[in-house]
Amino acid sequence: MGLLDKQIDSGGVVITTAENVLNWARLSSMWPMGFGLACCAIEMMATMASNYDLDRFGIIPRPSPRQSDVMIVAGTVTFKMAERVKRLYQQMPEPRYVLSMGSCSNSGGPYWQHGYHVVKSVSRIIPVDVYVPGCPPRPEALIGGLMLLQEKIRKEKFGVKHEAV
Amino acid sequence: MPSFDETLSRLQTELAGRILKTDLHRGETTLFLDKKDLVSVCQTLKSGYGFNFLADVLGTDRFTDDDRYEVVYHLRNFSESGFLRLVVRVDEADLTVDSVCGVWKTANWEEREVFDMYGIRFNNHPDLRRMYMPQDFAYHPLRKEFPLIGIEGSIPLPAKE
Repeated sequence: MGLLDKQIDSGGVVITTAENVLNWARLSSMWPMGFGLACCAIEMMATMASNYDLDRFGIIPRPSPRQSDVMIVAGTVTFKMAERVKRLYQQMPEPRYVLSMGSCSNSGGPYWQHGYHVVKSVSRIIPVDVYVPGCPPRPEALIGGLMLLQEKIRKEKFGVKHEAV
Repeated sequence: MPSFDETLSRLQTELAGRILKTDLHRGETTLFLDKKDLVSVCQTLKSGYGFNFLADVLGTDRFTDDDRYEVVYHLRNFSESGFLRLVVRVDEADLTVDSVCGVWKTANWEEREVFDMYGIRFNNHPDLRRMYMPQDFAYHPLRKEFPLIGIEGSIPLPAKE
C-alpha cells in the first residue's frame, strides 16, 4: 500500500498545493513521442520493452506529437531532418520537454569533425532539458535521464514558464 | 548447367571488341568499358549471359587529371551464382554517362545517388534528382575537393525560438 492510499484510508483527505499536484501528475505521465532517428532509437525501444519497462514510470510512447509531453531525440540529427524535428517540436502542446539522447544529438558525436550532413547538437534548433551522454547510451542511462527530467518537473513553479537550454 | 566460369570466358571472347581492359582480383572479374558502349554491353549481358540483377551502382573520385571519375556497376547472375563488375571512366570535361535504367529498373535510385554525391549526370534517366541532399544544395559532397566538415551555411538550419 502506497503513501497516498494510507492517507486516503485515514480520513480521505490529502492536503497539498495545486503546484505539487500538477507537477506530480506531469512527472508521472511523461508521454514521449514515438520516433527515433538512428541507432539510439534501438536502445530507446529496448528501454521501453519488457526488460527495462518504461511503463512503470508512466512513460508510454505516443504516435502523435499532439499527445506527447516529451521528445526523446534519439539519434543523429541531419540537416535534412532538422526542419522536421523542429516542426514536430512545434506541434507538441506545452508544457513540452526535450531529452537529447546520445552523442550525435548532444554534440554531433562522431560527426563532430567529419560530417557535412550532421547538425552539431540538436540544441541549435530546439531547446533541450536533459542531455544523456553515450554512443549509444545504455537503457539505464536513458532511464537516469528521464528520472532527472522528472526531478526537474517536480521543482517547477506555478506561472513560471519552464526554460530549457 | 553451364558453369559461371564458362559464361565468363564466353562473354570475354564474344565481347572482346567492346572491352577496354579486363582485371581479375581475388576471383572477381572487372571489365573496363568505354562509356559509349555501356548500355549496349549491359543489354547483351542481361539477355545473353544471364546477368539478371544489378546489385549496385557507385561512383569513385580518383582525383586524377584525366578520367577523374569512375562509375562502377556490380552485376549478379542468379542462375549461375556469378558476379561481374563493370567500370566506366568519366572525364571531368564531359560528366555524363548513359543511364542503364532501361536495362535494369533498379538503376534509377542508384544513379540518383551517384549524381547526388559526384555530380555525374546520367543521360535518359527518368527522374534525375538528388537522392540524399536537399534539392537546392549546391555541392557534391563525395568529391575529393569537398571539405569533410562541410561548408558553413550551405544547408540552412531552422531558426531557434
